[in-house]
Amino acid sequence: MANVYLYALSTCVHCRNTRQFLDEKNIEYDYVYVDKLSGQEREKAIEEVRKYNPKLSFPTIVIDGDKTIVGLKQDEILEACGK
Amino acid sequence: MTPEKLYETLKKLQEPKGYLFNKNRTMVMELMEGLLENKDRYGYMACPCRLASGSQQDDRDIICPCVYREEDVREFGSCYCGLYVSREWNEDKIPHECVPERRPLEKITF
Repeated sequence: MANVYLYALSTCVHCRNTRQFLDEKNIEYDYVYVDKLSGQEREKAIEEVRKYNPKLSFPTIVIDGDKTIVGLKQDEILEACGK
Repeated sequence: MTPEKLYETLKKLQEPKGYLFNKNRTMVMELMEGLLENKDRYGYMACPCRLASGSQQDDRDIICPCVYREEDVREFGSCYCGLYVSREWNEDKIPHECVPERRPLEKITF
């Protein structure tokens, strides 16, 4: 089972649709709303996103710690998750 | 202000300028909520799909409608967050693609 981590914003509709898509496809994932973080936690999360996606855009989806997909690209997500 | 009130206010302002809202009403209302939430927490309507810095000065390019809307709607038929679209986009005459982030890195401050 792929390890899926989602960096998202609580106000972003594409991020919400991404969560809905992952749920519908029964893909387990962890996520964080970076806009809801503050202080050290927020800085750490931003640095992580920057590492995977220098554009710092959302949603940023990281699969197995190395494959990054930016935006709700359904086919790419399914393929990377082996679905 | 309620999302519906914001919707009506913006509609009167933007449609005469040729900017249409996404036909997906649910999505538009969620974006209205996002704008109002950002207004509450930051004091300005930062784009709901971008991480705001909290500084209105630094974020003036992503205050909705963002400065990137024009080019994004022209190139993709939709702005970055999907709120404003072209007639062709709404009539499904062009593909609905993910709009990549056009904002230059040097403008992003946290």
